[in-house]
This record gives sequence, structure tokens and C-alpha cells, in this order.
Amino acid sequence: MSATLVQQLELLPDYLGRHLLLSVTALAIGIALSLPLAFALVRLKALRAPVLMVASAVQTIPGLALLALMVPVLGRIGFLPAAIALVLYSALPVLRNTVTGIEDVDPDLIEAGRGLGMTPNQLLLKVQLPLALPVIVAGIRTATVWVVGLATLSTPVGATSLGNYIFSGLQTQNYTAVLVGCIAAAALALVLDGLIRAIEIALVRRDRTLMGAAALATIALLTAGLAPVLLGGSADARPRVVIGTKTFTEQYVLGRLIASELEAAGFRTQMLESLGSTVAFDALAAGRIDCYVDYTGTIWANHMRRADNPGREAVMRDVTAWLARTHAIELVAALGFENAYALAMTRDRAAALGVRTIADLAAHAPELAIGGDYEFFSRPEWRDLRARYGLAFGDLVTMDPTLMYAALAGDEVDVISAFSTDGRIAAFDLTLLEDTAGALPPYDAVVLMAPGAAERLPGLRAALAGLAGAVDDETMRAANKHVDLDGGTVEDAARLLSSR
Amino acid sequence: MVRDVIALENVSKTYDGAGAPAVRGIDLDVAAESLLALVGESGCGKTTTLKMMNRLVEPSAGRVTVAGEDVRSLDPIVLRRRIGYAFQGVGLFPHLDVAANVATVPRLLHWTEREIAARVDELLEMVGLPPAQFRGRYPRELSGGEQQRVGVARALAARAKVLLMDEPFGALDPITRDALQSELKTLQRALGLTVVLVTHDVTEALLLADRIAVMKDGAIVGHDTPGRLMADPHPYVRALMDMPRRHAERIARVAGSA
Repeated sequence: MSATLVQQLELLPDYLGRHLLLSVTALAIGIALSLPLAFALVRLKALRAPVLMVASAVQTIPGLALLALMVPVLGRIGFLPAAIALVLYSALPVLRNTVTGIEDVDPDLIEAGRGLGMTPNQLLLKVQLPLALPVIVAGIRTATVWVVGLATLSTPVGATSLGNYIFSGLQTQNYTAVLVGCIAAAALALVLDGLIRAIEIALVRRDRTLMGAAALATIALLTAGLAPVLLGGSADARPRVVIGTKTFTEQYVLGRLIASELEAAGFRTQMLESLGSTVAFDALAAGRIDCYVDYTGTIWANHMRRADNPGREAVMRDVTAWLARTHAIELVAALGFENAYALAMTRDRAAALGVRTIADLAAHAPELAIGGDYEFFSRPEWRDLRARYGLAFGDLVTMDPTLMYAALAGDEVDVISAFSTDGRIAAFDLTLLEDTAGALPPYDAVVLMAPGAAERLPGLRAALAGLAGAVDDETMRAANKHVDLDGGTVEDAARLLSSR
Repeated sequence: MVRDVIALENVSKTYDGAGAPAVRGIDLDVAAESLLALVGESGCGKTTTLKMMNRLVEPSAGRVTVAGEDVRSLDPIVLRRRIGYAFQGVGLFPHLDVAANVATVPRLLHWTEREIAARVDELLEMVGLPPAQFRGRYPRELSGGEQQRVGVARALAARAKVLLMDEPFGALDPITRDALQSELKTLQRALGLTVVLVTHDVTEALLLADRIAVMKDGAIVGHDTPGRLMADPHPYVRALMDMPRRHAERIARVAGSA
């Protein structure tokens, strides 16, 4: 077995256990709410169409969006918003199948039940439910497979799941991790589906042995799956620090760097990886994570809504003060490098057009296409950049950041919004255009600490402060390249940083 | 003593959203231990009339009494458990075996399992289905006639003295129908049942009923013993009674020419 696979499988008990806990909780609540609602809908015909329509509408919201929407709605991240989104998602198949299953029972049987003197409840329990059971169970099985699959998308809202394999694996090009995550999720869905089917057969045949076996298997699965989650690490008395990361290579590497630094200082650490950009900030403000790395320019533009650029030191000073004043968040250390938005071109193309600075680009822009990541063209920096240099590109193309570099190298676009620490800048022989007017704010990487974390975790501030100036642009670029281009692991890349 | 077990006084029924009433101001008495047949063509109101007797349908006006009690003063659930009900669809529960189907009402009434088992065997015996052979079978394993027999056994399970039947033999082949008809008559006499039988088959009514009520457009246009009804002057009744008479005469001619 390869070392990568062994390394991934070590994470499996935790990821699988949390995935199982999340899916089973959501399903149990979903079924417990949907079944009685469906029974009510059978009797209240007027409510049926509107309720089913709402359930269908929820279903049409893409899973990732539904999960992400729960965060602002509930004002928190992690298990709760993920579970509620999954509960909503599970409702439709259970509701629809239960209502149609009961409605489709032969009217002669209803007539017989009423004629024999059954009350409406007896009719439901003794006639309608047993006969609708296969259809209802089919709905529950559909919901189970959906929920287990969708739970992989709960990683960016801060609920650990098998999706952690998939999100971090895709970003760091670790396809072993992606495969482990997919296979484990599929296997879990099949096992749960099979168990429900077994319970159904046992119910229909009134087979006590099969029912007992299915119940035992369910208990065994839940015990084995949940034990590492519910018992994990309780024996360890060392204080525990939760480290957050966003969803790109540099963040995973820096997360490990912080973890090893803190472990050396006597802390236990737990990673909460692949958080959406604003989710990470909100999680820190709410104390759900204790620290993570953000960038001054991101806070400046996205959270402080500033479009001006008073210079690197002034931005650092203002961001530090703003974080402390408005969120009681402490900016503990600047790591020493900047990961800025920068416009990049291939060296040949830049030379051919005679472009060295962004200002040089203005004359050629109408004939050029620019590629940007998902957020770049809606960010204030882009508006500022266009206004400052009078840029009017012929075409704007939004694409995944991992694909941008290849698109540039393949001449599909002429300019991209690169990240200045990306290892691919050197690898694809790109040149970064100088921002002579200072339109793009500085993006110093800074370690942020949650409100009250310093008091709760004595020694944390000192340990994190030790990272100040620990990583320069060159080193960060080399570490990113190690993962993105050379196929190295995130752990090795982190060691590359700490050895400097 | 002959007294009326079921009585309808000036009973009408208009369904929600329907223009014309389904039943218009009818009076009807059913004597104890007798068999009344309600005949008439589809839509004449005979099924509605039957269903008002166990409150599967509520009258719009008038009074229905069962054993002297106004049915409106009775809990419909209790009323239906006291009155047997069998219909063309039979409605045997497909997820339950024959014994469990027959035991439906005794179970609702919380009889002991021992009482229930004894009663099931007694009933299956009574409707001509050997219990050892039929107890554990499922409805899908039975012929149409066997299903209807189980249906009757289920209707009578809680020792009902009144049995309402809606076209119970309508879907059966002629030989099975004939057998079940005579068994019903035997059963009715043996158990002293009061039976109301809805049928569009006038011959069946003539052969089984003590009295026949003829319905047309929601009204009763004739109500008498089979013999006297054959001589009723009402044009519709006469037309209706003519059919079996003509058939009988033709059959007699065919038989005579052989």
C-alpha cells in the first residue's frame, strides 16, 4: 500500500464517523418530521400542493448553495447548519412517497376498513401504512442516498465529513484522497440503503431473526462509526487549539505549519479545513476556530469595504485596529510574505506586446481576453484597477483558479488574475505586471486569533507570534509549487517552510 | 315477534356539488330476520340508501333507526362494528392472511386471541372453507368465490345480526354465484340475520328476498313481497319484473322442445 494511501486512511475513522453522525442525524430528524407531515397532508388535501411545492423548490436549490445559505440564516457554522440543510433536502422524497403511497391504496380496501368500523387512525395504521410501506421505504432509501452524497458538501460550512477528502484532495491535486472520499461515501450510502431494505423485508415478512440481524448490524455500524467521534481524544489533557483553513493549497500548507508550531509548544491541535472564505472569518469571530491565516487585502476590501490603498504598512495598521475594535480578533503575526492579486502574462506574450506594467496593458486591452477566479471580477480591487488604468478588456472569462494557468499557457486567454505566491508562475514562465499606481491593495498573510483565545489558551499568543516573519515570498512559492506541480504532499510542503 | 330492525323515515340525500338528490324522501322498513332486496338500475340511489344505514353516508334529511335507535345518536364506529358489511369489491386486506382478515373486527373489539381463533374457525366452517386449509392463505391465493366467502365471514365475525350487502355476487361466475346465493339464504335463516341486499339482478332478488324495494331516480316505486310485486301495476316495476318472467317462459319453452 502506498504511503499516501496509508496517510489518507488514517483520517478515515474521523471523517467517516462524522459523516455518519451528520447523515444519520439529518435522516432521523428528516424522517421524524416528514412522516407525520405526510400523514397530515393525506387528510388536509388543501395543504398538499403548497407543501409539496415548497419541498420541491428546496430540492432545486443546488446542494452547495443550500448548505452555504444555512450559515447566514443561522449565524453559525459547523454541524447545525449542515444538518438542517440535509434535513430540508431529505424531506421531498419522504413526503412525496408517503403521500402517494397512502393515496394509491386500493379504494375498495378503504371502503372495507370504514365499513368494518375502523377509526381513521386504525385505517391508517392497519391498512394504509402497511400497504404503502414499500413506497414509503423507497422514499426513505432515496433520501438516504441523497443525504449521504450531499453531506460531502458540508465541508465548506465547517462540518467535517468525507467531503474533506474531496475538497482538499481536488485543491492539492491529491487524487488518492479524492478517491478515498468518493469510495467511502458511496460505500456508506450502499450500506445504509441495504440496512433499510433489510429492515423493510423483515417488517413485511414479520421475520424476527432478520429484524434482529438488521438491528444488530445498525447498532454495530453506529457504534463503530461514532466511537472515534464521540470518544476521540478525551484522555488527552493538553489544551486543544482548532486551526481553520480555506480551500486552496497555500492555506492547507500554512495550517500544517501552524499545527506543528503549536504541537511543539505543547498544544493539541485539530484542523477544520476547506472552509469557505467568509465562513472562516465568521467561524473565528464566533470562536468556533481559534486561529487561521487570512490576508490584509481581503479584510481591507471584503470586510472593511475599503477601495483605497494607503500602502502596505498603513493597511496592516488599520486592519489590525479594525479587527480588534469591531470583532475583538487579534492579528498576532504577519508571516512575512504577500499573496496578492497580480495580473500575469506569459513572458513571451508580454515581451511581444512590450508590456511591463499594468499601465502598458491599457493600450492593448480591447484586443485581449482576461481570465479571473470566481470572485475576482466582482471584487472592489477589479473596479479600482479598471478605473485607475483605464482598462477595457475585449473579453472577461471566469474560471477555476487551478485551470487559469493552463488556459494562459494554452493562449486561451491573454492575461489572468494570478496569486503572487502561486508556484505555477515560475513553472509556466509567467511575468507579473507591475502595479505602478498601487491600485491593488497589499495582501500580507497574517495569523488571526479568535476573541478570548489568548485567555482560554495561555501560551497560544506567544507560540503564534513565533511565526512572525517566518515565511518569505520565495519560500511560500516553492512550497505551493511542491504540491501543485511536483505532486508532493501538504505535510512535506509544510516541513519545507519550517526548515527555513 | 316481528319488529323492524331498520327503519328509514322520509330520508333524503343530496351529495355536495350534485344538482339532483340521490335519494328523495323515502320510507323503508326492514323486518327482523328478513331479507330485503333493493333493486333498480345504476344510479337509482340503492347503494346510497344502503350506506345511510351504517352511516358510511350521512342523510341530508330524515331519520334512520337501527334497532329502534336513531343512528345519529350512535358513534358511527360502534354502529359499523355491530353491522356486517360486504360489497362487490370485497376489500380483503392483501397483507393479512384469511384468519387475520376474518379477525379484523374482533381484534378492534379487543377479544382474546383464544376467542378470536375459535371464532375464525367457526366462521370459516360456516361459509364452507375448511379452516385447516384456508386459515393461513392470503387473498391473492383465493378464487373470487372464496374471497367473497371470506368477506361474508369477516362481516359476520363480531356476531352481527344485521348484514348489509352491496352487489356481493356481482363479479362472480354464474355457478359460483348460484352456490353462494343459496348458501346466503341458508346462513340467513340459520343465524336469524336481518339482511339488506343491493342488487341490479332482479332474478337474484326474486330468489332470495322476503321483500323487494324497487328504486327509480332516488324514490321507491314499489315495495312488497316478490309474489305481489310480480303483479304490481306500476309501469317501471312491471317492466322490471317482465324480464325474469320472459326469461323463465323462454327457458321453459326451450326445455319443453328438447
